[in-house]
Amino acid sequence: MPTVSMTVNGKQVTADIAPNTLLVSFLRENLRLTGTHVGCDTSQCGACVIHINGESAKSCTMLALQADGAEVTTIEGLAKGNDLHPMQKAFQENHGLQCGFCTTGMIMSAVDLVKKHGKPDDATIRKGLEGNICRCTGYQNIVKSVKAAAQEMEG
Amino acid sequence: MGTQTGIGASVKRKEDKRFIIGKGRYLDDISRPGQTYGYFIRSPHAHAKITSLDSTAALKAPGVVAVLTGPDMQADGIGPLICGWGITSKDGTPHKAPAHPALAIGRVRYVGHQVALVVAETLQQARDAAELVEIEYEELDHVIEVGDALAAGAPQIHDDVPGNLSFDWELGDRGKTDAAIGSAHHVTRMKLRNNRLIPNAMEPRAALGDYDSGTDEITLYTTSQNPHVHRLVLSAFNGVAPEHKLRVIAPDVGGGFGSKIFIYSEETVCAWATKKLNRPVKWTAERSESFLSDAHGRDHETFAEMAFDANGKILGLKVSTKANVGCYLSTFASAVPTYLYGTLLSGQYTIPAIYCEVQAGFTNTAPVDAYRGAGRPEATYVVERMIEIGAREMGIDPAEIRKRNFIAPDAYPYETPVIMTYDSGNYALAMDKALEAIDYNGFVSRKAQSQAKGKLRGIGFSAFIEACGIAPSAAVGSLGAGVGLWESAQVRFNPTGSVTVFTGSHSHGQGHETTFAQIISDQLGVPIDQVEISHGDTGKVPFGMGTYGSRSLAVGGSAIMKAIDKIVEKSKKIAAHTLEASVEDIEHAGGIFKVAGTDKQMTMAEIAFSAYVPHNYPADVEPGMDETAFYDPLNFTFPAGTHIAEVEIDPDTGTTEILDWVAVDDFGNVINPMIVEGQVHGGIAQGIGQALLENCVYDKESGQLLTGSYMDYCMPRADDLPTFRVQTINTPCTTNPLGVKGCGEAGAISAPAALMNAITNALGKEIDMPATPEKVWRAAQGL
Repeated sequence: MPTVSMTVNGKQVTADIAPNTLLVSFLRENLRLTGTHVGCDTSQCGACVIHINGESAKSCTMLALQADGAEVTTIEGLAKGNDLHPMQKAFQENHGLQCGFCTTGMIMSAVDLVKKHGKPDDATIRKGLEGNICRCTGYQNIVKSVKAAAQEMEG
Repeated sequence: MGTQTGIGASVKRKEDKRFIIGKGRYLDDISRPGQTYGYFIRSPHAHAKITSLDSTAALKAPGVVAVLTGPDMQADGIGPLICGWGITSKDGTPHKAPAHPALAIGRVRYVGHQVALVVAETLQQARDAAELVEIEYEELDHVIEVGDALAAGAPQIHDDVPGNLSFDWELGDRGKTDAAIGSAHHVTRMKLRNNRLIPNAMEPRAALGDYDSGTDEITLYTTSQNPHVHRLVLSAFNGVAPEHKLRVIAPDVGGGFGSKIFIYSEETVCAWATKKLNRPVKWTAERSESFLSDAHGRDHETFAEMAFDANGKILGLKVSTKANVGCYLSTFASAVPTYLYGTLLSGQYTIPAIYCEVQAGFTNTAPVDAYRGAGRPEATYVVERMIEIGAREMGIDPAEIRKRNFIAPDAYPYETPVIMTYDSGNYALAMDKALEAIDYNGFVSRKAQSQAKGKLRGIGFSAFIEACGIAPSAAVGSLGAGVGLWESAQVRFNPTGSVTVFTGSHSHGQGHETTFAQIISDQLGVPIDQVEISHGDTGKVPFGMGTYGSRSLAVGGSAIMKAIDKIVEKSKKIAAHTLEASVEDIEHAGGIFKVAGTDKQMTMAEIAFSAYVPHNYPADVEPGMDETAFYDPLNFTFPAGTHIAEVEIDPDTGTTEILDWVAVDDFGNVINPMIVEGQVHGGIAQGIGQALLENCVYDKESGQLLTGSYMDYCMPRADDLPTFRVQTINTPCTTNPLGVKGCGEAGAISAPAALMNAITNALGKEIDMPATPEKVWRAAQGL
């Protein structure tokens, strides 16, 4: 079995894995980081979004081996200790989640979206979150959350 | 108690923390020591005989523990899945619900039908071994559409169900309705199709059976909206284990929308297999399995006639519906197109005569059962499309025609011709507020502006009603329900004054951990961070009927109120003893127990402590502060409101842009406005999904599900939806202690009619849901 090494949430991890192991399976099963979810099997829903070298990516669509040597951040690594990331706070403040299943991927996508767009308007946020499906909220409070977080992230 | 955390405050959700940091505990996040993985082999055919099944090679494959089949289950005495609601046909015969083995025996009846479970040490091994199971099928003719299934000469899906007819049910007065139609000034006649949907909660269904041979107890972790109902059915009907040896845990559940009410094959198999193999067995659906085998929703073909007098007053409504129930009757499938549908056909209106008949037909498709709204969206779609079309045909303003027919605010209780008694409402008030919010008077000039740009603008109404707070047990029992629909609550004070509430409701996004805590905080003065809401575990909660039908607050919340009453009653006795007063002189408000007219008082926390350290304590009162209550509702509740949609269509591309959406809903009293608004947003989004985007399609020729992934089934995404403008009016429900009506389904019930009324208003012609760009373009081009 090949060996994979990467930095996940600041920690160096190395493991021998089957070559067909998906990155999301590696995170969930090997590292027990279960905050990254699997909501579909066609790379459509975005529940599995994480950051690889600072960019959002769907971890269901990559082999773990493709992340060899990368810096990976999952939802568990977004807060600094007990200090929540502004995006996490904004989702709670603005009722941006209901069942919570899509939320972790949604937050990870939204963080990258704000990094790229600064203070995005509603249309930019809606377009930018097209790759993340939420069945509960109708997206209205997600848009509100992302806008609010964008203020904090800039300021 | 301060208003910051009490009833009516938009308290931020207590449950959010774990979800935003990735510490939610959904089913697939749970693993048990020694766990095996299950992979279901499913039928590739819509209808076929299984002529042979050979697992010899699979059993020799690496890591394989077992290959389990329907005959294995039958041999172990595991009973078939059941339908829990008995419907009686017009001719007095009971509905036909053919045996539904959890794993197929001899025959498969839809693509995705569960044939065998391969259990292995890893999921990959189970999948690989599934390829080695040799199954031979002899294909049979199949039928997909309900109209075809009920026609003469259709392929027979079940040998014991002639003509594929499960039941032929009726409600209302046929003669009176025919007479009203016969003598009417105008009759609107329409065929309406309520498109088939796939619920698509974002967490796929999953199950993990974990047998303990030491205690002979099975723990079943499952994605359920009603774990006690799962335990009851799995025990009483499937015979998986006696009730006291079966614990069902529904942990964090990632959305349900009805689809996780039902007792499915996969969880039944996992609960049985864990004991048979003496190993934990885990199965998590792939999304494609969810598309194939989650219970689908809607799928009605309806012909309706609405009769009017010259002023637009409705004289009668006659509805004939064919409902596709799929290949078996799912857990509550029979109730959906009957008592959750026909009973709502009076809408918000005084209609003297109503008659509804429903033929439920089996087809070679996945079972169809409750999906957000369940019967009530279908009823609303009929009533609200018919009145709008009637208004157009008669040249009456659509808002005006509704006002002429509304039940008056002083007419309650109002008994409809379809066995419902509405307790309260103010329909004209909701309509007026919605008209004002959308600036209805300005619509004509907005339409002209669109026209000038070559666009078609339309406005559409939906004045919906729903029956929620499901439901009075005696009433539903008389209509065929196999269970009572009460709810339980246990309110336990800990000696230090904090509270744990055990509720039979189940939260899978609704925010009960906050809303229910607000009730405790409000009524008993407990700081909200000192209140914990526990749900979803039959090992902890006394009992519960679960969450569906917008019932959690109206029924589960009312049970909490009843338990609070018992806490207060007991606390008054303790306070009276301690403060040396008579019980009659103790006044209670917000957790302060006072001797009337004095400054002597005790707090709830002091009383709770005294109850656990009863050194100075009344002799006739038990120690402890822990009360359980069961609440059976007196009536359904009747949330209602008006939604107005405004759209602009590009006739060159067929795209529909939703420009504005106003919702004015009467949910009775509101505990947490923020959560209520969120529920309405989500409901409208699903309703817009139905009207504009979503459609479940099986290929009639092959019987294959064509919309089996997110590439083919169009889910609403962020840029498909507008910003909704949501407000409430608050006419308290008169039949429950909180005065609440329920809000979870309203949006999904109301939205499709509002949007289709707007789109057809813009087009000036009829199209069916979903209003895809292709259909809209064809209509706009006159094709």
